[in-house]
Amino acid sequence: MDNIKRQPGGIPELSEQDFIPAAPGNLLRTRRQPSKGWAWPKFRELWEYRELLFFFVWRDIKVRYRQTVMGVLWAIIQPIFTMVIFSLFFGRLAKVPSDGLPYPIFSYAALVPWTFFATALTQASNSLVLSANMVKKIYFPRLTMPIATVLAGVIDFVLAFVVLLGMMLFYGLLPTINVLWLPFFLLLALITSLGVSLWLSAMNVQFRDVQYTIPFLTQAWLFVTPIAYPSSLLPEPWRTLYGLNPMAGVVEGFRWALLGTNTAPGPMTLVSAVVALTLFISGAFYFRRMEQGFADVL
Amino acid sequence: MASMSKMSIEVAGLGKEYHIGGPQKSYYRLTDQLVDMATAPFRRAGKLLRGQARSAADLDQAIWAVKDVSFQIKAGEVVGIIGRNGAGKSTLLKILSGITDPTEGYADLYGRVGSLLEVGTGFHPELTGRENILLYGAILGMKKAEIERKLDEIVAFAEIDKFLDTPVKHYSSGMYVRLAFSVAAHLEPEILLVDEVLAVGDMAFQRKCLGKMDDVAQAGRTVLFVSHNMGVLQQLCERGIFLQQGTVHTDGTITEAVDAYLQTLEQVKSQDLSKRTDRKGRGQVRLVGTEVTNHSSESSSNLKTGHPARFVFCVNGIVPGMGCNFFIYDTIGQPITSFQSKVRGPEDTNNPNAGLKFVCELDELLLLPGRYRIDVAIVGDNLLQDFIEAAAVFEVAEGQVRGRPSPPDGKFSVSMSHRWTIPTR
Repeated sequence: MDNIKRQPGGIPELSEQDFIPAAPGNLLRTRRQPSKGWAWPKFRELWEYRELLFFFVWRDIKVRYRQTVMGVLWAIIQPIFTMVIFSLFFGRLAKVPSDGLPYPIFSYAALVPWTFFATALTQASNSLVLSANMVKKIYFPRLTMPIATVLAGVIDFVLAFVVLLGMMLFYGLLPTINVLWLPFFLLLALITSLGVSLWLSAMNVQFRDVQYTIPFLTQAWLFVTPIAYPSSLLPEPWRTLYGLNPMAGVVEGFRWALLGTNTAPGPMTLVSAVVALTLFISGAFYFRRMEQGFADVL
Repeated sequence: MASMSKMSIEVAGLGKEYHIGGPQKSYYRLTDQLVDMATAPFRRAGKLLRGQARSAADLDQAIWAVKDVSFQIKAGEVVGIIGRNGAGKSTLLKILSGITDPTEGYADLYGRVGSLLEVGTGFHPELTGRENILLYGAILGMKKAEIERKLDEIVAFAEIDKFLDTPVKHYSSGMYVRLAFSVAAHLEPEILLVDEVLAVGDMAFQRKCLGKMDDVAQAGRTVLFVSHNMGVLQQLCERGIFLQQGTVHTDGTITEAVDAYLQTLEQVKSQDLSKRTDRKGRGQVRLVGTEVTNHSSESSSNLKTGHPARFVFCVNGIVPGMGCNFFIYDTIGQPITSFQSKVRGPEDTNNPNAGLKFVCELDELLLLPGRYRIDVAIVGDNLLQDFIEAAAVFEVAEGQVRGRPSPPDGKFSVSMSHRWTIPTR
């Protein structure tokens, strides 16, 4: 029975470690073989497993606030408290300018996308490590793990956003036609969060050092993003350069779309969008390169 | 029976290399250790920069868990994978199910692959049985509509209908296994990969699972099954692949494979225990020696049915809450009985200054004549510390149980002391 045919010249090359329709009964052939170097991220497989992605999101939302007293209120407590502290120390004491807006709403409008980003980054970077058992024992597209964690944060974002709408009513601020741009900035926030999460989650598997740098990283990033202060403090050539931090573009875009600040999409936004896309694409490639080793290293 | 001509799995030259930690350093002085800890980050960073290691876990030593493995399996075959701890069984299944990539060679699988390598991974304790079925099904690659269509069947098979809306953290381990197996089995994969998971369930459910796997095979699907239970394997499989140290030792009928496996198990007995690497467990303490004697004379290892026996297990250290379990198997690999030092009896003695030995004494050995092997597990610190298969092999000679000779029938393993009475009318 053992007349194994060893192909001359080693292993036949397949373009992708993927599904190839083959002769026997027209069943799909899956080939397991060494994957070396850089390869295309498995987006097609992710699409095939889109229901799993949905289930992971649903699971994360469902268990996120289990066994907490405040429950889903945590989603708004965080940004609101940060806003109060910022308003007291930066707004009142340091008299930081706020583009002519009441300081609380000026900072809160930035804290809503920021909190989404910071939560996504913190939780997603641990997503693979926390599911080590599953990664080691079951095959499923690894990409679903960090992506689902990021997407689960959208619920928190929506709640915090509703509070923002309430505050706008309170201050009598009505959104202008700019608000049509809001989905673009939401997308930008999402792509930035996904990009950073892909990088950090994959790195954290190999180097647990990452999880110790996350608190430090988010704190530093918070201060280099125009949340407590306006980017208008910077003169022009520097302001465009400021877009290298994609969250700067997101935050100022949010303020412009909702509150009508003088930060209409411009060179800074463009730079932010390019950086966000670069982060996302490079993150996906880095993740693809690392993922075959996850089960061995975890 | 399904057509036997279609190829289901083709494995060629498959190999998997793991990088494991280098030999444990021993520190003589605390200062040495501190210096080493302080310089380690720089050494590691240096290694990474020089491209000698790809991750923090990459160290010096490499082992081949699977090496040059080739075989072909036709659709509808049920194949048992046998081998000692560390022989590469689990690694092989991990490669086939796509969890990890091989280092060399390839494996082609035709059709959908369902795998059950560990029970309950993928379940979330806070979610209910129903929610977990949906989630686990999705992880295994089922579509939601498909899972919902089969939900009733899955629930009925797992016998958990009453607890369907209870969070699974309240489930017993048996219920966990039943549910996990049920979802995996109803995936209707063309290829089903099952690692030793059924050992957890009760006998009735095990039988049910085996029946289900048989159905799967009858439907022309392929089953790859890892087990230590030779009886079950021989019941279920036609073909067996015996792996030893990562390579195929025997590939033939299940009987041939089991025979070869049992033979090598007996051979390893002559090996020095401390040199054996086919062990599982944390390793803070290791079994370093076993001794099976007939109690009366220290040297003789001549055991007799109905006579005293003495099992001694030597370990190389002490951890809190240490215990010793050992399991006796007969020559065809059927489990006979187990002994657990932590399950206390009134005759046990407990010395506060515990030494490095566990001694288990039997007044009457109730095993019938034949050869037996023992697997030993050392537990401690709430963990499995060491597990060795065939740590010893012993022979039992003809004897009498309370004056009664053993019955001549060869297929049984145990004799019990008993008496017959024929009451008068």
